[in-house]
Amino acid sequence: MPRIFPRVAFVVSLPCALLLSACRREPSFSPTAVPAGGPADGDAYVSASLGDASHLNPVLATDSASNEIVGLVFNGLVKYDKNLHIAGDLAESFETLRGGREIIFRLRPGLRWQDGLPVTSDDVRFTFEKLTDPSVRTPFSADYARVDRLETPDPLTIRVFYKEPFAPALESWTRGIIPRHVYGTGDFNGHPANRRPIGTGPYIFVEWKSDEKIILKANPDYWEGKPHISRYIFRVIPDAAVQFLELRNESVDTVSLTPDQYKAYDVFFRSYNKFRYPSFSYTYLGFNLNRPLFKDRRVREAIACALNKQEIIDGVLLGMGAPATGPFPPQSWAYDPGVKDFAYDPERAKALLAEAGWTASKGDGVLYKDGRPFAFTVVTNQGNKLREMTAVILQSHLAAIGIKMNIRIIEWSSFLHNFIDPGNFDATILGWSTGIDPDQYVIWHSSQRGPGKYNFVGYANPEADRLLEEGRREFDPARRRDIYRRLHRILHDDLPYLFLYYPESLPVVHKRFVGVETAPIGIGWNFNTWYVPKTRQKYAVQ
Amino acid sequence: MRSYLVRRLLLFIPLIFGITVVSFGVMHLAPGTAADAVTEMNLKVSVEAREKLVKLYGLDKPWYVQYARWMGRVVRFNFGASFKDDVPVGRKIRDRIGNSILLNGCSLALILLIAVPLGVLSAVKKGTWVDRGVGVFVFVGFSVPTFWVALLLMILFGVQLGWLPISGLHSLDYEEMGFFARRWDMARHLVLPVLVSSFTGLAGLSRYVRNGLLDVIRQDYIRTARAKGLPETQVIFKHALRNALIPVITILGLSLPDLIGGSFIFETIFAYPGMGRLGFEAVMSRDYPVVMAVGTLAALLTLMGNFLADVAYRWADPRIREGSL
Repeated sequence: MPRIFPRVAFVVSLPCALLLSACRREPSFSPTAVPAGGPADGDAYVSASLGDASHLNPVLATDSASNEIVGLVFNGLVKYDKNLHIAGDLAESFETLRGGREIIFRLRPGLRWQDGLPVTSDDVRFTFEKLTDPSVRTPFSADYARVDRLETPDPLTIRVFYKEPFAPALESWTRGIIPRHVYGTGDFNGHPANRRPIGTGPYIFVEWKSDEKIILKANPDYWEGKPHISRYIFRVIPDAAVQFLELRNESVDTVSLTPDQYKAYDVFFRSYNKFRYPSFSYTYLGFNLNRPLFKDRRVREAIACALNKQEIIDGVLLGMGAPATGPFPPQSWAYDPGVKDFAYDPERAKALLAEAGWTASKGDGVLYKDGRPFAFTVVTNQGNKLREMTAVILQSHLAAIGIKMNIRIIEWSSFLHNFIDPGNFDATILGWSTGIDPDQYVIWHSSQRGPGKYNFVGYANPEADRLLEEGRREFDPARRRDIYRRLHRILHDDLPYLFLYYPESLPVVHKRFVGVETAPIGIGWNFNTWYVPKTRQKYAVQ
Repeated sequence: MRSYLVRRLLLFIPLIFGITVVSFGVMHLAPGTAADAVTEMNLKVSVEAREKLVKLYGLDKPWYVQYARWMGRVVRFNFGASFKDDVPVGRKIRDRIGNSILLNGCSLALILLIAVPLGVLSAVKKGTWVDRGVGVFVFVGFSVPTFWVALLLMILFGVQLGWLPISGLHSLDYEEMGFFARRWDMARHLVLPVLVSSFTGLAGLSRYVRNGLLDVIRQDYIRTARAKGLPETQVIFKHALRNALIPVITILGLSLPDLIGGSFIFETIFAYPGMGRLGFEAVMSRDYPVVMAVGTLAALLTLMGNFLADVAYRWADPRIREGSL
């Protein structure tokens, strides 16, 4: 989902600079080597979120805040390990049979819900029933509608039969499993357990104060062992600038930063470790391929050659990102490192445009064809400073080769309903948050054109269609990798989007936490083994 | 008098009806629906799933049908459940309304405490540097962006000096505190929001008091009081101020909706769990049941505030007679 970046962050930097440069308060401890004594239990981890959670139920949770809590309270059958491979979670083992038409999961024996009852295959069945129930307000039904039937021959075995092989199916079983005995047969959407969840995870729900905080405590009976950090406190702080001040005061332990915050004075981070790693997302310039202007590939390539992507990364992301060459981020196995990006070459851009009939015939620096100037409008959504700045840089680069680009910034709902959905735009700057699985059928397949669908640029290439279909059917990792790498190259060369950049996740974590480790999946994958040495613990355990 | 009150109260019914129809209509004119926040631009959400959600929320019906259904529930005192988290709207409001009354009540009290003396001071010292200084002070408060003042104070008192918490209403260990420690903790959290909202709200009331007093001071009976040799303090505080404060009653009546309405900006900056954030976030996510409940409540309180101001005014100022209205 597109992230709306906070505007206030830019405004706060001035007073911060004035007041904080002469700051006298000392950090809570001087960060030196980790004290001996090994892992210790205790302390609390305080995270900050812009919004409050909605449903603490993996079937209904759609926002990142709810998912943060759900991820700690519930487990899926499988999960992504730190190297982005699917591994068992509640399932001890899993196996795909008959070319992916059947998946068998075997649950770990002895699993218990946090209220003491055993976890059985029937709970998996219940979760599946709710995900496909038309009266349940879940938006995630599509992946599960492909299931032909689900069998539970014994309390530990789940056999899922698919109508046809569907490779992203495994990923869909990372969704948390919910207990049948808690929800029962009553109203599911408004069930009280959506605010007082009972799961299988490393943390147990304690309390939720609306718009203030959610408190979790370590699960002493967790099957992987009790987490060291005793409490997890989720605080709602709806303003990014204030989150940043709370960080300065060490009253929160982790915050996700914007690039300008990341580059703030070192004094902010005396007690924090900064992390940066590519996120699973990209920002792009999408061409409306139904517009005559952009039907000609040479024109699209000219725009690609006229833009210096590095300038966007340096100016907009302050270096916290990488130029994008395709729809998969570099840490993904689907990313083809061999795809060579268009070189920044304004002369080549002009030559390509001349070839397509666009010449500076009137001598006013603007390109014309059949007496009409080369002018178009880029639309993007309001509230995302990074996209607005990207548009301005693009505008100046295109002006240099004689293209007049206008920028229009529109409120999100109106942007989607009046511009993107009906295809009423020339070009747009937007971003996609992709899953870890590289299936992007809904963005690129020619069947996904049309109002409200995600191939709103109108891209259609039979070869790409074939690869997208094959990628969904193929379970063999090596063959699947080759399929998506081919797709990467085709999408780069066809230029339905000009892929701009891969942004980075920029979290900080308080220095008293030991064991934080970056992996391809980011940080937090080994949260249960993080600890705070006894002498540095900040919050008392009750 | 009684028939007047009854007439005024009966007038509430068509007014409330009109207000809700207009707000319902306007809300539906805004592009997008409640299902969007969940489903738009989310690769995991199919078009079919989006249509299913729209249907489950009842958003596929024309707006007047939706309005009729809403009204049908409301007359049975059921405001429905939030689209966002399926929590009954009544409960969402109950969770927050106390916090809003606490914050806004404190700041209203502080405003009264400061604005009345400031107004009197300006009126008595009219035209001097004191009057001008007070004028500059209150209008600076009125003009500066709230969030900016709030951030500066947070940096000074929260980060630099460490005297006060930056945001929120409770400390993280609030639940383990004793009775007095809890009160102290909340008071510390309230200092900055109350200070900021009072500072930015001083201008109106202090100017009313100043001008009201200036009008009164010119009256004959004040001259009489002075002529009979009363000390100036008695003239101002005993004779003039009481009459000058009558317009303040109106202002207090009109600020009744502010007591629960809250301000989105304060509450967001201070991470304060109040009504302003509830309403604003509901509007942004097109959470119709919450928007309508908060809107109706605000409309009702505005009407009540006007009504009470009228009644109190009549009671305080015998010059106003029914016939003169």
